[in-house]
Amino acid sequence: MLDSKIPAGPLEEKWTYYKGHCKLVNPANKRKLEIIVVGTGLAGASAAASLGELGYKVKAFCFQDSPRRAHSIAAQGGINAAKNYQNDGDSVFRLFYDTIKGGDYRAREGNVHRLAEVSVNIIDQCVAQGVPFAREYGGLLNNRSFGGTQVKRTFYAAGQTGQQLLIGAYQALERQEALGNVQVYSRHEMLEVVIIDGKARGIIARNLVTGKLERHFGHAVLLCSGGYGNVFYLSTNAMGSNVTAAWKAHKQGAYFGNPCFTQIHPTCIPVSGDHQSKLTLMSESLRNDGRIWVPKQKNDPRKPNDIPEEERDYYLERRYPAFGNLVPRDVASRAAKERCDAGYGVGTTKQAVYLDFRFNLINKYGRAEANKLGIHNPDEATLVRLGKEVVKEEYGNLFDMYEKITGENPYEVPMRIYPAVHYTMGGLWVDYELMTTVKGLYALGEANFSDHGANRLGASALMQGLADGYFVIPYTIGNYLADDIATKPIPTNHEAFEAAEKAVSDRINTLMSIKGKQSVESFHKRLGKIMWEKCGMARNAQGLQEAIQEIRALRKEFWSDVRIPGEIAEMNPELDKAGRVADFIELGELMCLDALNRNESCGGHFREESQTEEGEAKRDDSQYMYAAAWEFKGESNWELHKENLEFEVAKPTQRSYK
Amino acid sequence: MEHYTMNLTLKVWRQKNATSQGSFETYQVRNISSEMSFLEMFDVLNEELIHEGKEPIAFDHDCREGICGMCSMYINGRPHGPWEANTTCQLHMRAFKDGDTIVVEPWRANAFPVIKDLTVDRSAFDRIIQAGGYISVNTGSPVDANAIPVEKEKADMAFAAAACIGCGACVAACKNSSALLFVSAKVSHLALLPQGAPERRTRALNMVAQMDKEGFGSCTNTGACEAVCPKEISITNIARLNSEFTLAGLLSSNK
Ligand SMILES: Cc1cc2nc3c(=O)[nH]c(=O)nc-3n(C[C@H](O)[C@H](O)[C@H](O)COP(=O)(O)OP(=O)(O)OC[C@H]3O[C@@H](n4cnc5c(N)ncnc54)[C@H](O)[C@@H]3O)c2cc1C
Ligand code: SF4
Ligand code: FES
Repeated sequence: MLDSKIPAGPLEEKWTYYKGHCKLVNPANKRKLEIIVVGTGLAGASAAASLGELGYKVKAFCFQDSPRRAHSIAAQGGINAAKNYQNDGDSVFRLFYDTIKGGDYRAREGNVHRLAEVSVNIIDQCVAQGVPFAREYGGLLNNRSFGGTQVKRTFYAAGQTGQQLLIGAYQALERQEALGNVQVYSRHEMLEVVIIDGKARGIIARNLVTGKLERHFGHAVLLCSGGYGNVFYLSTNAMGSNVTAAWKAHKQGAYFGNPCFTQIHPTCIPVSGDHQSKLTLMSESLRNDGRIWVPKQKNDPRKPNDIPEEERDYYLERRYPAFGNLVPRDVASRAAKERCDAGYGVGTTKQAVYLDFRFNLINKYGRAEANKLGIHNPDEATLVRLGKEVVKEEYGNLFDMYEKITGENPYEVPMRIYPAVHYTMGGLWVDYELMTTVKGLYALGEANFSDHGANRLGASALMQGLADGYFVIPYTIGNYLADDIATKPIPTNHEAFEAAEKAVSDRINTLMSIKGKQSVESFHKRLGKIMWEKCGMARNAQGLQEAIQEIRALRKEFWSDVRIPGEIAEMNPELDKAGRVADFIELGELMCLDALNRNESCGGHFREESQTEEGEAKRDDSQYMYAAAWEFKGESNWELHKENLEFEVAKPTQRSYK
Repeated sequence: MEHYTMNLTLKVWRQKNATSQGSFETYQVRNISSEMSFLEMFDVLNEELIHEGKEPIAFDHDCREGICGMCSMYINGRPHGPWEANTTCQLHMRAFKDGDTIVVEPWRANAFPVIKDLTVDRSAFDRIIQAGGYISVNTGSPVDANAIPVEKEKADMAFAAAACIGCGACVAACKNSSALLFVSAKVSHLALLPQGAPERRTRALNMVAQMDKEGFGSCTNTGACEAVCPKEISITNIARLNSEFTLAGLLSSNK
């Protein structure tokens, strides 16, 4: 039986109760305990720094050349917190409620409430570290709004919020490294978890410069290795983001939670051709100020600025008057797909819609600036000029990025956007303490199956990563390690380390010896295509069954015909990539299986068989009010465990943003 | 935007590992779309090399959005290539035309040794941050975020300095391989905020000392760093660092 270990008592007292009653490790004993942290993104860097500060001996790993380059760096729009600085009715309860509802009632109440509670501490902590959030003229912090909510609770630093938060966590980490509490291993890739007597006790990592395998002991192992959106090949994730760390843990006994829950983000720069290696996000915060539309006429040949107001279909404002352009991501993405499939798409590929800033640039920002400057009856040119300056301050880096990629100037012409894979709500199943089903093996940040249910609200991933790392794991790990203070470091010549290293080395040798004809990249692209077409924005039983067969065939082909140049004992990016793609192929099959099993639509998971007459997602609470936790049983073989979800406070209703 | 395709000649630095002698290799690439990014053009070339049974070119990259700071190519004599305020990954092929020859090298600096082909070791930057590029607060319960108001102008300036992505283009552009723009960006970010004030003195001294120890050269104010910085980190930060440094030196000798 899956035990989520939610503390007893009223929802709002659970976390306080837990903190008051969990076991502690005294400072002298902390120094004897070693912790391995895989990943230095927001979750990993904040965890490693905080645990180092507490006195544990920490080793942190990342595959980039510096911990500062983890994928978190790319987060754009902002981070939520229930500060209610705007006096617009926000509260811990409201953030909790919005998150549960936004996730379409597929997350745990206890976890989400804790997340909302610690959100306020995160902002305080980051400001103390010197994170330069946007401020008002009075010197206080500014906020913006994000989708799926009606309050302004998002803290931001232009379109570079992830960068600023990660630099804050990275600096805290480097400080601990200087103090000798943390040792960072950059350009290292974790390739196996070592389990001794049922407990995670270390990892096998490959030094990506020399190709050497290394053994590292830890009393506990934390996986903070990020999400697996790159299973689709094209996504907004960084090129290196991968599932390998989580997958190795899964194969060693950690259950995988809700693997099919994928977030397709509505506002990304569309695909331009076959050469495309990744997709670029245009932050959701742009929907604050941009209005989304398509022409009312199919295949309208006119340029966007030549199409008069009354011939534009602002379809989100039309379909969802209460939330308009700020509906949650899953809703906005499906609506864009619906318009394009119906023949109203724009641009050369017709797989795009417009995101237009002109209205707010003039009417919101231009007028406000004109008023400030005391300009009465400003003409349109003045309003445009004044508005541009404000828009530049808010989103300058995003507009520049758009122009570099497309060669078009979004201050003048509406952006063309289309949905793209962005985030994975699924991940390793964890209990309230963030422990997986393997003792002493934890998962934090996007790598766990998380607090976002079937759909994550914007600006909530940064919040969750930092909550897990700064404020949750420092308590919950003590509760585990308190029983481990007598355990001496296990020498890495222990047979379990020997065996784990041998397994990793055998797999690498096998990969290198295939010497086939097709490149790793070509397999990754083919996997991505299957996943996008059959396990993407809309899914059905037939497509999913086909996908499973196609993926199995692809796996066979990969293991008999992949070509990896170079050698093992050197820097070899193709070999690194081959290992990751091999794991993605296995994961892809499980995602399709999970999507097939869940014959309901919820959040980002849309089963065509389960929709309302208006084409909205239809949940089926009587059958599927559970988190799916899959246990690995062998090749193409999994067993489903269900964690039933109970909603005592936020009573499930059909989500409506109308 | 009109697009076109082009054929190009590439001269790329190949070096097997840190100890081997490197040299330029010449490659022809055909049918490159003007809509591709520079790194996608390298992807195409690498796929061809793999197909021909040759070793692909190793280069650093990750986000491909101009924010992680990982990509680092010295293109036609300029770090990150011809565009202003731009990273290698955000350079697009419409910057070139049919028949062009493009020369691509790694960052060159003693403190950034080549690991393989176009990949270099920039861990010196991490060690400079370890020397003092932080504010010494532990995770815990600091004061409410709005208890410390910060003048908007100062906060904006701190943010502009904090936008540095640690790519090292400034070092690669400098004839002395100085890292002063990088160091000054961090010192400015923290010195401009009230939270950073208590450690101002030691921070500037220690970070500069570490920079010297890593083998970066000294600054002779050529401004080459600012000209190539993808995040437009201003050289005025160097002036601020100098005054922080002088102040710190004065104060510590008065002790
Ligand atoms: C373009 C973009 C914009 C976004 N904007 C926002 C936003 O505005 N607000 C918001 O809340 N969220 C946003 N998100 C989501 C958010 O950025 C991520 O969910 C979050 O940063 C993930 O953090 P993490 O610490 O879990 O993992 P990551 O930051 O992905 O870090 C993973 C770490 O694990 C390491 N790693 C992985 N595998 C291994 C291995 N096998 N061995 C060793 N190391 C390994 C990596 O090196 C890296 O250090 C955005 C995401 C994208 C793609
Ligand atoms: S100062 Fe500019 S060029 Fe130098 S590391 Fe920072 S971003 Fe790169
Ligand atoms: S790859 Fe991240 S900045 Fe270029």
